[in-house]
Amino acid sequence: MAKEARTEIQKAENAGVLPHAEQTRPGPVFSPAVDIFENDNSITVLADMPGVKAQDLQIDLRESVLTLTARVTTPESPNESDVLREYRSGTFFRQFTLSETINQTGIDAKLADGVLRLELPKVEKAKPRQITVRTS
Amino acid sequence: MLVRRVWPSRPTFDSPFADFDSVRREMLRLLDSVAGDTFGEVGAGVFPPMNITQDNDNFYLRAEVPGIKPNELSISAIRNRLSLAGNREIQREHERVSYHRRERAEGSFNRTVTLPTEINADKVDAKYTDGILTLTLPKAEETKPRQIKVRP
Repeated sequence: MAKEARTEIQKAENAGVLPHAEQTRPGPVFSPAVDIFENDNSITVLADMPGVKAQDLQIDLRESVLTLTARVTTPESPNESDVLREYRSGTFFRQFTLSETINQTGIDAKLADGVLRLELPKVEKAKPRQITVRTS
Repeated sequence: MLVRRVWPSRPTFDSPFADFDSVRREMLRLLDSVAGDTFGEVGAGVFPPMNITQDNDNFYLRAEVPGIKPNELSISAIRNRLSLAGNREIQREHERVSYHRRERAEGSFNRTVTLPTEINADKVDAKYTDGILTLTLPKAEETKPRQIKVRP
């Protein structure tokens, strides 16, 4: 748990309250399963978003809040009737707060086979300067 | 409202509280269904979640299998039964990384569903797009409803 306490990404606490997503989009909202990890250079987010097409996915990063929104259109044609229903399509929505400063220009997002891979490079920290003291 | 996807097998968290989390999710799901706020999922509790629909000629099976290469899926059909098996592997990251979230499930799966009528197993069509597998399963000719004309 000590490791968890040090995490630098926290899920936004008010994830249950989604003013934007709820006001503008009808239908159910789902929280995609994610893997998040980081190394010295970047933070990587992997999210399972089955059925999402690249043009329907919105990634927004402002004031260190990362928002993933994606709309899934139902593939069923209207003359099909249900036999078994185990999942619903709707909107994927999830927000994270990032404590690291992200290099906005270097963000890379890839969507393949329903999985989003988002690379968020960290801003390089100022290198510590070594000051040598001269002896006279 | 926000609905968490119900994933059958939780990823193996090393946290002792992982079980509490799954209990919590189950409780929330139950509360939702009492409140009549559920979306009617049956939730077989197994991976992958499937939807099956039908029209006059075909059954359509759609399964959410994100991150699985189509050639890693094995689909077999016999009479009115259809099996879907595969393995979902999440690639290990090479560099030294520290994880903050690990929610995506991995492992092998094997599901068999029984359809209401027999299907024509030779003409099953499978398509994979954006992490969703779509199977078109033509109903066997002899099971299709027939229009019967009444002679005057």
